Amino acid sequence: MEKKILSGNEAIARGAYEAGVNLAVGYPGTPSTEILENMSRFKDEVYCEWSPNEKVAFEVAAGASLSAARCLVTMKHVGLNVAADPLMTLAYTGVVGGFVACVADDPGMHSSQNEQDTRHFARFAKVPLLEPSDSQEAYDFMKLGIELSEKFTIPVILRSTTRISHSRGQVVLGKRQEAERPIGFEKDPPRFVPVPVWGRKMRIRLEEKLEKMRALVNRHPANRIEWRERKLGIVASGIAYQYAREVFPEASVLKLGWSFPFADDLIREFCSGVEQVLVVEELEDILEEHIRALGIDCIGKEVVPAIGELSTDVLLASRARLEGRQATEPQTSVLPEVEDLPARPPVLCAGCPHRAVFYALGRFDVVVTGDIGCYSLGTFDPLNRIDTILCMGGGVSMAHGMDRAGDPRPVVGIVGDSTFFHSGITGLLDIAYNRGGSTTIVLDNRTTAMTGHQCNPGTGTTLMGEKVQAASIEAIGKACGIENVVTLDPYKMEDCMDVLKQAIESPEAWLIVVRAACPLHARKKLGSTLRVDEGRCIACGKCLNLGCPAIEGGGGKPRVNPLLCSGCGMCRQVCPVDAFVDGEEACHD
Amino acid sequence: MTEQGVTSVVLVGVGGQGILLGSEIIAEAALLAGFEVKTNEVHGMAQRGGSVIAQIRYGREVFGPLVPVGSAQVLASLEKIEALRFHRFLAPDGVAVVSKQEIVPVTVSGGKATYPQDADQRLERVFPRLLCVDALEIAERLGSPRSANVVVLGALSGYLALDNAIWEEAMRLRVKPQFLDVNLQAFSAGQELAR
Repeated sequence: MEKKILSGNEAIARGAYEAGVNLAVGYPGTPSTEILENMSRFKDEVYCEWSPNEKVAFEVAAGASLSAARCLVTMKHVGLNVAADPLMTLAYTGVVGGFVACVADDPGMHSSQNEQDTRHFARFAKVPLLEPSDSQEAYDFMKLGIELSEKFTIPVILRSTTRISHSRGQVVLGKRQEAERPIGFEKDPPRFVPVPVWGRKMRIRLEEKLEKMRALVNRHPANRIEWRERKLGIVASGIAYQYAREVFPEASVLKLGWSFPFADDLIREFCSGVEQVLVVEELEDILEEHIRALGIDCIGKEVVPAIGELSTDVLLASRARLEGRQATEPQTSVLPEVEDLPARPPVLCAGCPHRAVFYALGRFDVVVTGDIGCYSLGTFDPLNRIDTILCMGGGVSMAHGMDRAGDPRPVVGIVGDSTFFHSGITGLLDIAYNRGGSTTIVLDNRTTAMTGHQCNPGTGTTLMGEKVQAASIEAIGKACGIENVVTLDPYKMEDCMDVLKQAIESPEAWLIVVRAACPLHARKKLGSTLRVDEGRCIACGKCLNLGCPAIEGGGGKPRVNPLLCSGCGMCRQVCPVDAFVDGEEACHD
Repeated sequence: MTEQGVTSVVLVGVGGQGILLGSEIIAEAALLAGFEVKTNEVHGMAQRGGSVIAQIRYGREVFGPLVPVGSAQVLASLEKIEALRFHRFLAPDGVAVVSKQEIVPVTVSGGKATYPQDADQRLERVFPRLLCVDALEIAERLGSPRSANVVVLGALSGYLALDNAIWEEAMRLRVKPQFLDVNLQAFSAGQELAR
């Protein structure tokens, strides 16, 4: 019996492998990314790909499933919005090979623009929902997902959260078991073509499947009652179960692992066996609302917060509220030694090519509609050069909207390479087709950087490790009908400024592709480490406006941190007195 | 109210300093020692030079992966003021192991805030049990400045009841072979400091 420490994401990948998954696809997004990265270790037996976006990934998996392949598709919570269209109707047509959509939520918004609760989607789409509470269950439920999916011919949502995906714990491993059924699509239009006449029948069949699942969910081992004291009974799913066990060790617990369709009989049995019912769930009050709808009195969001993530500490305060005590959170009084500490927000890395564009944009009175990626960090001091962010690809289309609304300022939409391929192309097509005048900048750093450097259609590599033809952003722009297409090297800051000026002042649409590889990914220095010649430096502070973490200021003349400096030379270009000179090679490794 | 017999360790620093590796090695060591282990780390946006935290818990039975406030036996920091920022996790009788490295945040460089000049005194006041280590200097002497994280790991190992052989095996399992030797040296240099 092999036992390993795995993160939740590693455990899901391992579970998928053992469940005989033939195809694993997705789009990167924290906290889901590492599932597919780990899956690619099994690429000899499992076809893996990063698709251009979640909708495409979902459809790829749907097609494969109809050909009887077992499939895993991965994405973060907001990715499921993009893939919602295929989800809603795949629930109708049903699947053939096991189909699990692993969707990772981000309560507390550690690395996301919202904290929507994917459990709503399971109820919305009427598909089964599995919620692991640790790495072992992440592994087990992945396998269970494939099993349930094939048994009921329905897609299954495996919902992870940041603290499941990025926590590590022990997992007992097993062996891979492949499906007996051979790959091959069996034609059956009334089953797979939801034209109204057949779609109406699918609608009924979906309800019948739910009814069959309801019979099983009440006695399935993924849902269990742990009887302890009968005074307080807690209903919990996912990571909330762990916090509840820690904070209420004496309480009876109804632990829901297969949490939709609702296990009504089990819920009734549990609630009638305890004096008071407390529902502990992270984010929305989905279970609580349903339990109340069953006519059962319970406590939930009155004491457990609905906003932000839960933790043992948060739940300790909930327990205090439940018991009518003042919430005594230990050491919350802020010590004078820590109350004035400088904040340390994330920043664009030293040598990041995006920096030049934001610095240059700082010279113009424009509105900048930004997008999702590392470059969202261009929002903060001292760059301050992103005015809006909405969603993947939104930067391109929103710029067009502002421009067409007649905003008095020129509008610039900024998008990264991976985001451009994800959903920026359609926005650009709109700008060209409907003759807009906004400027689109694609920050092409040759990788999907924010999530840890995944390949994308522009990188010329695949997750299977193949070298392929890289998609050309410029050629796509031209094919869309954009006439002004320019490619820039961001490390030549004067060129950037000149081209930006031309584009911004032009009434026509421009596509500017700013291309330089992410130095963190390329793992090489861009030039020699620089230092400040104190004799020349006049402490004007211009270099500090770059917001480079390698340039340390804070009174007096700035210093270069040789451990961080990448030698990109942007500081050299903004320094009016040539104070940045070649320094000692400080990095030995 | 938290579980009996659970050891909690909090590892903090600045994104890019190698917190993740430190967390993996501790977890591996605890597993080798026969404990149940849970850890939690920060990925994504928070890694781009921001404050980062990793949490490790082990014992007979562990539920939540997050360390409750005031319960960590050891708080190890790869940067001075990050130790102060996350001090609340340390138990009243816990030990703080702090690298003397200072990394200036952009908020300071931008003139919006100041790096406390009295960081050393603050550390002494906030942490009754404090071990400050020249982790970067030691790592640089070994020719591998990036191993400063492992020097700190060696130092904090002195406060956890796990055998030396176990730590070595955990390092072997988690460190890339080409960096193993220098990291084993960095680890024992750290251990020396905790004696």
